[in-house]
Amino acid sequence: MTVILNQSLTGISIGAVLLLIALGLTLTFGQMGVINMAHGEFIMAGAYTTYVLQKSISSAGVSLLVALPVAFLVAGAMGALLEWLLIRRLYTRPLDTLLVTWGVSLMLQQLARDIFGAPNVQTAAPDILTGNIALGGGITFANNRLFILGLALLSVLALTLILKLTPLGRRIRAVVQNRDLAEVSGIATGQVDRITFFIGSGLAGVAGVALTLVGPIGPTTGTNYIVDAFLVVVVGGIGQLKGSVITAFALGILQSVLEYSTTVSVAKVIVLVAIVAFLQWRPQGLYTLRTRSLA
Amino acid sequence: MSGFSISRRGLLAGISAAGASAALSACGAKTGDTTSTGSGAQADTSGDTVKVGLLNSLSGTMAISEVTVHNALLLAVKEINAAGGVLGKKLEAVSQDGASDWPTFAEKAETLIKDDKVVATFGCWTSASRKAVKPVFERYKSLLFYPVQYEGLEQSPYIFYIGATTNQQIVPALDYLKKRGLTKLYLVGSDYVFPRTANKIIKAYAKANGMEVVGEDYAPLGSTEFGTIVNKVKGAGADAVFNTLNGDSNVAFFKEYKSAGLTAKGLPVLSVSIAEEEVKSIGTQYLDGQLTAWNYYETTPGAANTKFVAAYQAAYGKDKPTSDPMEAAYISVHLWKAMVEKAGSFDVAKVKAASDGIELDAPEGKVTVDGATQHVYKTARIGKVGSDGLITEVWNSGKPVKPDPYLRGYSWASGLS
Repeated sequence: MTVILNQSLTGISIGAVLLLIALGLTLTFGQMGVINMAHGEFIMAGAYTTYVLQKSISSAGVSLLVALPVAFLVAGAMGALLEWLLIRRLYTRPLDTLLVTWGVSLMLQQLARDIFGAPNVQTAAPDILTGNIALGGGITFANNRLFILGLALLSVLALTLILKLTPLGRRIRAVVQNRDLAEVSGIATGQVDRITFFIGSGLAGVAGVALTLVGPIGPTTGTNYIVDAFLVVVVGGIGQLKGSVITAFALGILQSVLEYSTTVSVAKVIVLVAIVAFLQWRPQGLYTLRTRSLA
Repeated sequence: MSGFSISRRGLLAGISAAGASAALSACGAKTGDTTSTGSGAQADTSGDTVKVGLLNSLSGTMAISEVTVHNALLLAVKEINAAGGVLGKKLEAVSQDGASDWPTFAEKAETLIKDDKVVATFGCWTSASRKAVKPVFERYKSLLFYPVQYEGLEQSPYIFYIGATTNQQIVPALDYLKKRGLTKLYLVGSDYVFPRTANKIIKAYAKANGMEVVGEDYAPLGSTEFGTIVNKVKGAGADAVFNTLNGDSNVAFFKEYKSAGLTAKGLPVLSVSIAEEEVKSIGTQYLDGQLTAWNYYETTPGAANTKFVAAYQAAYGKDKPTSDPMEAAYISVHLWKAMVEKAGSFDVAKVKAASDGIELDAPEGKVTVDGATQHVYKTARIGKVGSDGLITEVWNSGKPVKPDPYLRGYSWASGLS
């Protein structure tokens, strides 16, 4: 029983990481349909932001809190710049977007290597996040995982509120559902695209901050997670926030339970096979966007 | 020196008959404008300087470790030149970047031998890179000095293994754990050749010595998700964890380990791939009190080590730690020099023949070359990570251990290879 509970909690914490890294993608890939291979590098940018801030702010706790908004802005600005420079010229050419952003991803990795050096770097976690909470009966939940879980849920909440309640959210949804109609209704779609991309990329930066609590920071930190992030968005149903949330936690728990009964590598294989089988059955993912369009 | 004069192609064609061509390998290197063939025929020893190859990953994922080895090699070359060189010739170090990519290692090894005409090459870190260059050195009959502990079960005639083989690191580490009464082991490793081979040896040892392996798990190289493995370790009732994880996975593993409330006191982790440099990058707060197994630590006593640490830090920075692979790299150049001087020649066959019994008062203590295995007698040392990030010795094997790469001297290991 202890084992099952502990593993479920581990699964939830894996799911929280997955959710956080996939959240930005649900906007840029899910809502806008841009396959941005450089998304992982925005995660990396967020992680390095934490590292740089920790060098100037000695308190690990303060630097972490400062890093969250700063990483959001840094990664968001990089995303908006990428959108303005390249992606907006390629909206009708998805395959070219894929190639171009992959090239950008490689360039950003090399840039990080040149600035911060090839070896990975570490940040110190604040003391309060290195322990764990005992839930009784040998069940524990690590504080850093709790922090990531909280951060993921907060981000989901904030994003939902923005999309549902604000004028900006309404414009974003309008552009997603019918770009032409939105445009003739007087919405500056180009501007909306840039803002959407800014938020999506910024969320990747926030995910990068969270990842510094779990592992090392290196030029390839983002690429290690990018495939998982795309999987979550695709399985969840493109453009569906709740689909991503459910999928992230489902995949996390499935992975951790399988890891316990098999090995890490085998668990990964089984999860991928399960995803392939699932998409055969429901190619559109868990949830789909219902529109009146004929396509 | 110059005897035979057959073409290089003829020599290459004769590789398959290498065993029978002892007469061929006895001839000299290129001297003056007389081209001769035989062992190390590509090497150019005609001028006032001879070139030595340094083959390390100066970029990519392994750069963190291999750059320090490269630095140590350069230091040794500089020292030898300051003392007059080898056989009256100055050394010129030629660096090639293996770029953490195994085919690149093979390509660069060939460049060093064929184009740079080096007399010997020093370097490689991962077993994968060593396995990639091994056929190249064997084909050209050129020498490689390999400075890192490895999984044993190998003995190329053209490689000198200056790092520890399994019976100088893993087996003594198990002896130590057994002596402390820590008999239930949990094995955690990266999923590739070294950890899997090491764990095979550990399981054979455990079976013969009344120890028990209560769990065994592998994570893909670079993996950063250790929640489940740490949960398993926690629930397995182990006395100690034997850690053969490599690279950055250690960072994630030790962070998770501490988060789960596991400590060095309650459930110690003995690691075989974490040296001073890695301690610094993982973070001392996560490693305080954990155990390591090596043959050298920065804190190892002795005049030779004091001199080495001082020279290294003078050259590369006061805060730079020295580690086991760096020390092995450093002595490998000095050992090669001693072999060449004993042989009176740069010729590979003569150097090999002269290698047996070469002694050096090294930073790690006295080391002796074993000519038969081309490995080195080394003292095994178990260390404990301190809160200052340095590792202090808590146990050693008392005397240098004879290298036994195939574990032939251990009855429990008979079924392994």
